[in-house]
Amino acid sequence: MHVSISVNGEQVSREIEPRQLLVHFIRETPDLTGTHWGCDTSNCGACVVQMDGQPVKSCTILAAMCEGHEIRTVESLEVDGQLDPIQMGFHEQHALQCGFCTPGMLMTARALLDENPNPTDLEIRTAISGGICRCTGYKNIVSAVRWAAEYEAAAKQEV
Amino acid sequence: MQTPASFEYERATSVEGAIASLQRLGSGARIIAGGHSLLPMMKLRLANPEHLIDINDLAELSYIREQGDELSIGALTRHVELEKSELLARHFPLFRDAENVIADPVVRNRGTIGGSLCQADAAEDLSAVCSAVKAKAVIRGAGGERVVGMEDFHIGPYVTAVGEGEMLTEVRIPLRPGGGSAHEKVERRAGDWAIAAASAAVWIEGGKIADVGVALGAVGPTTIHLSRAEELLRGKAPSEGLFAQAGEIASADCSPSADGRGPIDYKRHLASVLTTRALSRATARALHQEA
Ligand SMILES: Cc1cc2nc3c(=O)[nH]c(=O)nc-3n(C[C@H](O)[C@H](O)[C@H](O)COP(=O)(O)OP(=O)(O)OC[C@H]3O[C@@H](n4cnc5c(N)ncnc54)[C@H](O)[C@@H]3O)c2cc1C
Ligand code: FES
Ligand code: FES
Repeated sequence: MHVSISVNGEQVSREIEPRQLLVHFIRETPDLTGTHWGCDTSNCGACVVQMDGQPVKSCTILAAMCEGHEIRTVESLEVDGQLDPIQMGFHEQHALQCGFCTPGMLMTARALLDENPNPTDLEIRTAISGGICRCTGYKNIVSAVRWAAEYEAAAKQEV
Repeated sequence: MQTPASFEYERATSVEGAIASLQRLGSGARIIAGGHSLLPMMKLRLANPEHLIDINDLAELSYIREQGDELSIGALTRHVELEKSELLARHFPLFRDAENVIADPVVRNRGTIGGSLCQADAAEDLSAVCSAVKAKAVIRGAGGERVVGMEDFHIGPYVTAVGEGEMLTEVRIPLRPGGGSAHEKVERRAGDWAIAAASAAVWIEGGKIADVGVALGAVGPTTIHLSRAEELLRGKAPSEGLFAQAGEIASADCSPSADGRGPIDYKRHLASVLTTRALSRATARALHQEA
């Protein structure tokens, strides 16, 4: 079947099998391998992308279900060499080691801050509880999200 | 790589259209809502539908509203909406108790109440929740609608009263005064399915339990309606001793199996403790005495 899906603001059109999962549709698009594919069982969260602004597990959605929706992947965060504050936070707070969970964590955390610009540590932990990180013990990920929230609050005040 | 077997995909643009497709395509056709139970089963080839009918565009099936003396919830209402609804939390706080511990927030952005009930997996928290509050399922087919109580909705593991060419469109819960409810669950880790779960709803009149609903999740082949416990409780003044007795019935009347989530005696113990706790919290809420 033919699908046309908006990925990071660009229309990606292709012939696919109806059984193709969104994660593979994305990763088979040139330059879009940032979305990771881990457990394949909806548990690890490495594959999280945003669908209409909400984080979703792309290994558990058919690409065919996404026509007419806005998909955003980790590649959309950096714009013209400028990192998103959430990426800066991960950098500043050493919130990754191997980096496998990072794309999912970033897209989940970005959606959290868009909805709730000043989350508590518990709210951050709850939001990222659908992602598994085998390296960091989560502590630095929570600090990174805090860092980004504070950075964005400060940036807003300056304007 | 886990990939479902091949199928044909179509997107429904109306409830009538979805039903017409189900009828035309017969037993090989299946509805896909959030897909968070169906797609994992298809990847494991435990489910191999020939046709998928995607109902995600049917915005008319997504709502939570008060209608007369009932609360109606559309089948496509997602977990996240159930979790955040103040209307639902005010009338039936056990929904929020359950939603806080169903899977994780990312999964809750997709999964729906209709999918949860139609999956008919005993570990689906919303099945126990809907049993306890005595919800009714509205099933629609080409010939019109029929309304089925929860006790008749879940027929067996993965089998519901929804027949070929039919779909679930709505869940209705009677609104009655003096009510309180709670859902209690123990899980191995954040986001996991229950080791055991208990839902309770009580309606208090003149200091007595006028009516009560208690159901267990994950400790039998289907959701367990604790009718013996309900009989014990009805008409009595609520007390911790009485709730403990109900807990003993829960432990006796469930039929858990041993698996990675624990042995049978542990699950029976949980059924008892969680039933007692759920009744106690439901009653405190009914009496506005929650700590
Ligand atoms: C990692 C993970 C953890 C989870 N943990 C929990 C948990 O702790 N507790 C819990 O309760 N659930 C849990 N779930 C399940 C989650 O709640 C699912 O969203 C839910 O079970 C199914 O809803 P769905 O909309 O995704 O249904 P789908 O997967 O789309 O459908 C499930 C079944 O229902 C049928 N169906 C769907 N809608 C209708 C309808 N309107 N009419 C007729 N048939 C219909 C489908 O044909 C299919 O057979 C978990 C899921 C995952 C992936
Ligand atoms: S690959 Fe999707 S949740 Fe793990
Ligand atoms: S950084 Fe390695 S899994 Fe998270």
